[in-house]
Amino acid sequence: MALELKQVSKRVGADVHIHETSAVFASGSFNVLLGTTLAGKTTLMQLIAGIQKPTTGEIWFRGKNITSVPVQKRNVSMVYQQFINYPNFNVYDNIASPLRVAGMDAAEIDRRVGKAAELLRLTSMLKRKPSELSGGQQQRTAIARAVVKDSDIILLDEPLANLDYKLREEMREELPKLFAGRDAIVVYATTEPAEALLFGGNTATMHEGRITQFGPTSTIYRKPNNLISAQVFSDPPINTAKISKRGKVITIFDNIKWPSGRVEKTLPDGDYNIGIRPHNISTSGEGAHVGVIEGRVLVTEISGSESVIHCKIGGQTWVSQSHGIHPFEVGSITKLYVDIDQSLYFGANNEFIA
Amino acid sequence: MTKRSLVPIVYIIFLMLPIYWLLNMSFKTTNEILGGFTAFPHQFTLDSYHTILTDPTWYMAYVHSLIYVCLNTVFSLAVALPAAYAFSRYRFLGDKHLFFWLLSNRMAPPAVFVLPFVQLYSAVGLFDTHIAVALAHTLFNIPLAVWILEGFMSGVPKELDETAYVDGYSFPHFFFRIFIPTVSAGIGVAAFFCFMFSWVEMLLAKNLTSVAAKPIVAAMTKTASASGYELGLLAAAGVLTLIPGAIVVYFVRNYIAKGFALGRV
Repeated sequence: MALELKQVSKRVGADVHIHETSAVFASGSFNVLLGTTLAGKTTLMQLIAGIQKPTTGEIWFRGKNITSVPVQKRNVSMVYQQFINYPNFNVYDNIASPLRVAGMDAAEIDRRVGKAAELLRLTSMLKRKPSELSGGQQQRTAIARAVVKDSDIILLDEPLANLDYKLREEMREELPKLFAGRDAIVVYATTEPAEALLFGGNTATMHEGRITQFGPTSTIYRKPNNLISAQVFSDPPINTAKISKRGKVITIFDNIKWPSGRVEKTLPDGDYNIGIRPHNISTSGEGAHVGVIEGRVLVTEISGSESVIHCKIGGQTWVSQSHGIHPFEVGSITKLYVDIDQSLYFGANNEFIA
Repeated sequence: MTKRSLVPIVYIIFLMLPIYWLLNMSFKTTNEILGGFTAFPHQFTLDSYHTILTDPTWYMAYVHSLIYVCLNTVFSLAVALPAAYAFSRYRFLGDKHLFFWLLSNRMAPPAVFVLPFVQLYSAVGLFDTHIAVALAHTLFNIPLAVWILEGFMSGVPKELDETAYVDGYSFPHFFFRIFIPTVSAGIGVAAFFCFMFSWVEMLLAKNLTSVAAKPIVAAMTKTASASGYELGLLAAAGVLTLIPGAIVVYFVRNYIAKGFALGRV
């Protein structure tokens, strides 16, 4: 129990930025804050860092109440989405700055900066000013500054969002290695569910200023506690519909019958909301636990070896994400195959049931 | 010569002609200036410059001007830097009105303030001092400097401040070590405008001084004598007055271009 938020909330004027939130972050853990823009990820990080003060509630760290401890004394580091470096310092001085402020001796600073620069492949750029670096190098400088000191808490606010695709892929692989074996609590904010899955660790899904669910990433993904958590943790958006379950049969869109599959015995008969992730709907399929549905193609996006097909089904737009290239014509009617055993079932109040 | 280059050439000729004429006159004798219309000096003379650079009542006037101009620039920036930072970083009650009110100070002509200033400064014993003129000019220069600096500071993301605090910088340490160097271009531009306003302003400078701090703009009026105007001397004084401005412009020319790009100058 290293960092604990106790009923922390943040209001600015009449706007509630963070509703009362409690959470515990363990030492040495990697925590992802997952949510759309304006979900409150940045505000929550600023509260943890001490840049903003919570309106109510307390923040505890290693058994001490640090709510009123100023940011300078909290031993945190932070990396922003924008590439923030000190423009008048060269790369070396940028990385060295937190150590210099702390009054470390020059030889130790030199050793640490050299190590951080090597980790982030900046060794040949140490003499340059940030404005003379590419975007990726600027962000690596900012990350180097965050890892060079032994911070207790490392906050990364969408650090890869402004990088181009290839760099982002590279950095995604490198980032967790930087923090492995450290005692620090890493908090990583992102809008992309794929990043949360890649990093593993813990995930907190955030929606409109609330943490809707917090726990090990795979658990959150497989057992979202309600529909909102499932929606936050799905990209493209999760498909939903009202269904009624009677024994071995699920009726969806009033007249389409599916086998009930894995929930045949576990789910009581009744009406539910079903959630189906796009990658569980494909353009081909067979077996006893596959539901078939017909839809009118609205648009097909082909990215690399994947096709994302948006269809109109029973007045709703559903999205399917499948391997292979399937250039369906707009307006054509196509059959889609749903892997029913992967479906999530929610009750009347969108709470998770099975 | 293409048509494209014609317009700028004509423009530059119009612009430079009066300056050339001033330079031309400064090398002539007063008799030649009054005697006819000559495009270049027939009796080339450096007498006017010699007079100015050897007579203390002349060259000390430049020194007086430079003293109060520099003082004024320092005062204006020292006050405007924290003010502009506050306007760019904090939202407080009436901030926009206060910002506009500051600017509105510039709308009043200096003549409005001459009489009260002369009386008030005399009352506190500041009359005929460099400080008096420097303080009087801050009335016009602080709003301008705040306005320019606020534009530059708002261009710096507030995440830079936060990153510095996270790294352990205290506010003063951050402000002087990181923030001021980051907005140095803006400080250069603001300093330039303060310098130039104070350098060319005549009414307040002339009326707030008599002997001990007499500025060059006032000294130039003494070329009128019983025998008429000493035009050569006046022209030479004018040429020398152009020089400090030209030097300052040379140093901040790139920053001013940047300031225009930010839409604040």
